[in-house]
Amino acid sequence: MPGSIQSIERAAVVLHFLGALSEPVPLGDVARMLALPKPTAHGILRTLCEVGFVVQERDTGRYALGTGLSRLGEALDPHLLRSRAVNWADGLAARTELEVQLGILTGQSVEVLHHVFRPDGSPQQLRVGELQPLHATALGITLLAFSPAAGRLHDLRLPAYTPSTPVTRIDLTRVVQQTFRRGWVLTDGTLRPGVAAVAAPIRHHIGIGVGALAVVGPRDRVIAAAGEPRAGIVDQVVAAADAISVHLQDRL
Amino acid sequence: MRAYVAAIDQGTTSTRCLIFDHHGRMVSVAQHEHAQHYPQPGWAEHDAAEIWRNTLRVLPEALADAGLSADDLAAVGIANQRETTVVWDRTTGRPLARAITWQDTRTADLVEDLNRGPHADLFREVCGLTPAGYFAAPRLRWLLDHVPGLERRARSGEIAFGTMESWLIWNLTGGPDGGVHVTDVTNASRTLLMDIRTLDWDQRLLDALDIPRELLPEVRPNAQVYGECVVGLPGVPIGGAFGDQQAALFGQTCFEAGEAKCTYGTGAFLLMNTGDQIPTSEHGLISTVAYALEGQAPVYATEGSIAVAGALVQWFRDSLEMIRSAPEIETLARRVEDNGGCYIVPAFAGLFAPRWQPDARGVVVGLTSYVTRSHLARAVLEATAWQTAEVVEAMAADTGINFARLKVDGGMTANHLLMQSVADVLAVPVERPLVAESVSLGAAYAAGLAVGYWPDLQGLRDNWHRAAVWEPAMSDALRRRERAAWDRAVERTLHWVHDDDVAR
Ligand SMILES: Nc1ncnc2c1ncn2[C@@H]1O[C@H](COP(=O)(O)OP(=O)(O)OP(=O)(O)O)[C@@H](O)[C@H]1O
Ligand SMILES: [Mg+2]
Repeated sequence: MPGSIQSIERAAVVLHFLGALSEPVPLGDVARMLALPKPTAHGILRTLCEVGFVVQERDTGRYALGTGLSRLGEALDPHLLRSRAVNWADGLAARTELEVQLGILTGQSVEVLHHVFRPDGSPQQLRVGELQPLHATALGITLLAFSPAAGRLHDLRLPAYTPSTPVTRIDLTRVVQQTFRRGWVLTDGTLRPGVAAVAAPIRHHIGIGVGALAVVGPRDRVIAAAGEPRAGIVDQVVAAADAISVHLQDRL
Repeated sequence: MRAYVAAIDQGTTSTRCLIFDHHGRMVSVAQHEHAQHYPQPGWAEHDAAEIWRNTLRVLPEALADAGLSADDLAAVGIANQRETTVVWDRTTGRPLARAITWQDTRTADLVEDLNRGPHADLFREVCGLTPAGYFAAPRLRWLLDHVPGLERRARSGEIAFGTMESWLIWNLTGGPDGGVHVTDVTNASRTLLMDIRTLDWDQRLLDALDIPRELLPEVRPNAQVYGECVVGLPGVPIGGAFGDQQAALFGQTCFEAGEAKCTYGTGAFLLMNTGDQIPTSEHGLISTVAYALEGQAPVYATEGSIAVAGALVQWFRDSLEMIRSAPEIETLARRVEDNGGCYIVPAFAGLFAPRWQPDARGVVVGLTSYVTRSHLARAVLEATAWQTAEVVEAMAADTGINFARLKVDGGMTANHLLMQSVADVLAVPVERPLVAESVSLGAAYAAGLAVGYWPDLQGLRDNWHRAAVWEPAMSDALRRRERAAWDRAVERTLHWVHDDDVAR
């Protein structure tokens, strides 16, 4: 097998071995059964524990397959994401006094998964379930920057909604790359004139973007005179998105 | 500067600590679930020692999460699962039996005897409740009868009884070492032992159940400094306690007669403030204390109690293993357009409001080979919506007040499909406040009021903001048809339990 990497092969063997057993096993058994030196077996098991594919029982020190492996093929359930996000989205709306939207990638669009009204008592409508264009919204641009699936959308159409909508691939790529570097994006009237938004990614395992969180509002409530987001808004959005990311790891 | 207030929400499934700022905005939350013990069909128990350990874990976690220390807290308030009954040894601090939870039906026979006996009317008159296995005192009686030596030791004053807030307050204030043994009026109003007018234990009721007074905590108003924490949050005053449903009513700032909310957690509970009027119900609602502030007349409420709401989702997850997390039920349910003709009536512990049928048990009806687990998921959610409709109707019939909208809170409000179906079956808009954790917010409000962190109720009202509204979108014809099918399904649950069935 030219070019194969021995440590990956061995890790696979260890995983198969653990998967074939119904009970956790001690290090010595793993090493003996697979004819590996103990330190090698130990190194492999430790690394697999760190990535969540193997767990070590606390009291016995024995090893077994971890849940990380079975979860590998599972997409994060969108409604679990919403449930985990509610408290933080509420807090974000309360602190910024802006409307909050949580979006996920659905086909070639952003789907609004969760929506919190601007807390000013004005009549508003729930936007949950609404589809928005990726290239013309802060949610969409954030998803394009952080979601692995969005990275493959080469045939995205880029219609103009306002004069500020990015309609060339170059413009869009520039703003997506900038978003990736900074970890947030500001859009100013890209979908509707006079409406601005700031968004940041919600990340799951190894930082993969599974959603985006945004505050949306009238331009002057979001943007300061110099064209930058008003003080504190970016920090609030990023902090809320990060808090949701952390709580996604909690037990179900 | 003590800039924050904490709340401990000791719920049926978990214990959490939330920290709020002056605007009533949540700044952090920590949560741990505890084990549910079902030693026999119909029994449901918690380990009070585990709950206390979890409390000691969530307090520092919530502080750390917000980068705060106990010195930043002006007060802590407690909200708790109501009616769950624990007895403990005052010297060792150890619980003497598993706590019997509010979902437990083991006292059914005892309560039946009580209702046939000479005291049934006295209970109704003094505490405003018809004896039911749902309340705490029959559980206490059961413990006295079944835990060896308990009865004798209870009379000598060595033992303490409490619902969860009493247990936590006693432990937080030092336990065997000077712990304060108190309860609040809302929890006490759910025991069957408190006079709903004087807000104190009634000797006649104690005698009727032969419960030694030495066991009982002192009954206190909801917002009052009961003591100072010596562990958990050292130095922080405990400024209030509340049964969770009354806490949510307070957290939703329903301070005026006619204001109501429904909280969707393990069960679902619709409460309406009735002001200084003690409601009497012709339709299976419970009269209860909404809150009592120090030096003020108590405020009352009428309550429609639904035993099984989120618990049905939990059952769908844990017992049927149809989903891995509760929120996934929405994903599953959205795969189909309707319930496919399937209805689930979760009378797991009999039917609660408005029917109060202890001999009912759950049914799944309308099964055909067409029905998939997605239809079952719909039926699970619709069960909560229809049960809400039943208690809303009962309340309207009792009070003459028709809801123009319904305020909701609790973990299940994250489920949009459910909230939409609640709006659909009620035919009124459903609205969620900016803090879905109204239970915790209510407890925090009580504690904050007690120490002057918030000056008055009006200030709290200004913290209420609408976060979402679901508008009804179901045709009248469909609503009528579905309602008729639901009613037929409910009929199928009645009188399932027979005398010769063993203890179910
Ligand atoms: N998205 C959802 N859809 C349906 N049910 C849900 C959802 N999220 C949570 N639940 C259900 O709601 C309940 C949790 O809500 P919450 O946290 O308000 O309850 P709780 O406070 O633990 O209840 P209690 O105070 O009675 O213990 C659980 O029973 C769970 O099954
Ligand atoms: Mg609760």
